[in-house]
Amino acid sequence: MIRLLHIEFIKLWNNRASKVLILAYFILLACIALIASIKFNIGPIKFHLAEQGIFNFPYIWHFNTYVAASLKFFLAVVIVSMMANEYSNKTIKQNLIDGLSKKEFIASKFLTVIVFSLISTIFVFIISLLLGYSFSSITEPYHVFSDLEYLIAFFIKLVGFFSFCLFLGILIKRSAFALGFLFVWFVGEKIAYGFLRFEIEATKNNWESITQFFPLESMSNLIKEPITRLGAAKELAKQVGEKYSFDYAVHFHELLIVVGWISIFTILSYTLLQKRDL
Amino acid sequence: MTVYRRTIKPQNIKFILDTILSINNLSKNYGKLKAVNNLSFTINKGHVYGILGPNGSGKSTTLGIVLNVVNKSGGTYSWFDGTITTHEALKKVGAIIERPNFYPYMSAYKNLRLVCKIKNIDESKINEKLELVGLLERKDSKFKTFSLGMKQRLAIASALLNDPEILILDEPTNGLDPQGIHQIRDIIRKIAGLGTTILLASHLLDEVEKVCSHVVVLRKGENLYTGRVDEMISTNGFFELKSENLEALAQCLEQHQVIKNIKITDDLLTAYLEDELSAKDLNEFLFQQGITLTHLVKRKESLEEQFLQLTNKTDH
Repeated sequence: MIRLLHIEFIKLWNNRASKVLILAYFILLACIALIASIKFNIGPIKFHLAEQGIFNFPYIWHFNTYVAASLKFFLAVVIVSMMANEYSNKTIKQNLIDGLSKKEFIASKFLTVIVFSLISTIFVFIISLLLGYSFSSITEPYHVFSDLEYLIAFFIKLVGFFSFCLFLGILIKRSAFALGFLFVWFVGEKIAYGFLRFEIEATKNNWESITQFFPLESMSNLIKEPITRLGAAKELAKQVGEKYSFDYAVHFHELLIVVGWISIFTILSYTLLQKRDL
Repeated sequence: MTVYRRTIKPQNIKFILDTILSINNLSKNYGKLKAVNNLSFTINKGHVYGILGPNGSGKSTTLGIVLNVVNKSGGTYSWFDGTITTHEALKKVGAIIERPNFYPYMSAYKNLRLVCKIKNIDESKINEKLELVGLLERKDSKFKTFSLGMKQRLAIASALLNDPEILILDEPTNGLDPQGIHQIRDIIRKIAGLGTTILLASHLLDEVEKVCSHVVVLRKGENLYTGRVDEMISTNGFFELKSENLEALAQCLEQHQVIKNIKITDDLLTAYLEDELSAKDLNEFLFQQGITLTHLVKRKESLEEQFLQLTNKTDH
């Protein structure tokens, strides 16, 4: 396992584009901390974001994982190209001839995805802990370490998204086209979502029971948007007279759907590699 | 073979019976096209084999199948008597196919380091092999800055990293300039001299003729001939003769029973043989007839001529 990771590490770290993107990703992750410094001073209105409760335990776990997940596109580019480049350089052929089995080849890529996701999760955990202890009004261990399921959701979400990228890299073999396809897929899912919502809602009220199975939709369902959960936002809604109640929690069946997609993408990637002549 | 088992010491048996690769009724179809059709041959340790055939005769496909990058449609193959899986076997094989494939953004040395990691071997031999192919000074240059000849030589260095049981070369001189071709052939000869088993696929006959002891001739995916290069066609060869009186020579030769036919071009007479005849006997015969020769050479058809005969024979 270490050998497979080492092989992939050599390939990635010697590629300048990948190196820059990976570094940029982790630097941007660290920059979440900078949100704390957002302050407005417009006449009598004083606004300091860090004091709005976004860094309160345990809410911070939800907020930070949500923000951090939006940076995943940086790594998506790295992962799509690490797969597609093997095809365009034909190095995949050489790797197999040199004695890497097809299973090992997929495993080395998939392990890299796991490691990236794991490091991101640990990174977010540490940053959130530091930010929380500096700004949170609540620091009792009971509150600090509750709602940690958001970190699990974050990890699964990243692995899911990156395995999708890996699969597209193998399927399409060209990084630019694979990323384009990812976008088209995203738009397609949204259209299907909208269609189902308006067509089915009239008769039945269960359109979400279908859309929750879409790959990208299922991943974004894992961590719902946290903004409306903020005290300030709730206040605002109350004044306007709007009442809403959302379910923000991470559900086990949602995790299960994404884990299902991870296995599907990995198995499909392997099957594709098995069947294709190089 | 059972006789050998009883009479020869165990360590010698191994050497005699070592089969590196055996291919049985291997087939590959691309739709209706049969790229490889019912191909069988065996590669034994210690010989230099050539796979010879025109472009598109299935050489690369055959190698692709045994190297695990092309899926077969039928038949079987086994490495080292089928004792280990294909990808484990490939760690003991050195192979370069078609074009050299490396990571363009990595230096020669780093690319070879990666190969060592894949083959799970020590990195100590990298410099030695770079030296062998004459790339040691350029080891820190990126692969993308290399010329085709250098890329090909790096591929050979990479294939030799594990001191392979067999070295597989697919068209190693394709697209190179004469100097590059010369360098590659020198390296191949050097490696063959070390006793490494080599499988060389080529459409260049003189390449195979110069290097190989055994040959597999393919045409449209079918096996036309398998065996030693010098036994490819049972031919008795021909004489190239010159004499001051060419007409008398020709008349005299026509009476000789063993001479099949005669061809005269300019002042050179070529006499093809029906049966075995030594140069000494011919010279004696002509001298008795009062003809003195100024030039006498006995030759066999080159592989190229034999190859064309062989492939034309079955041309429909």
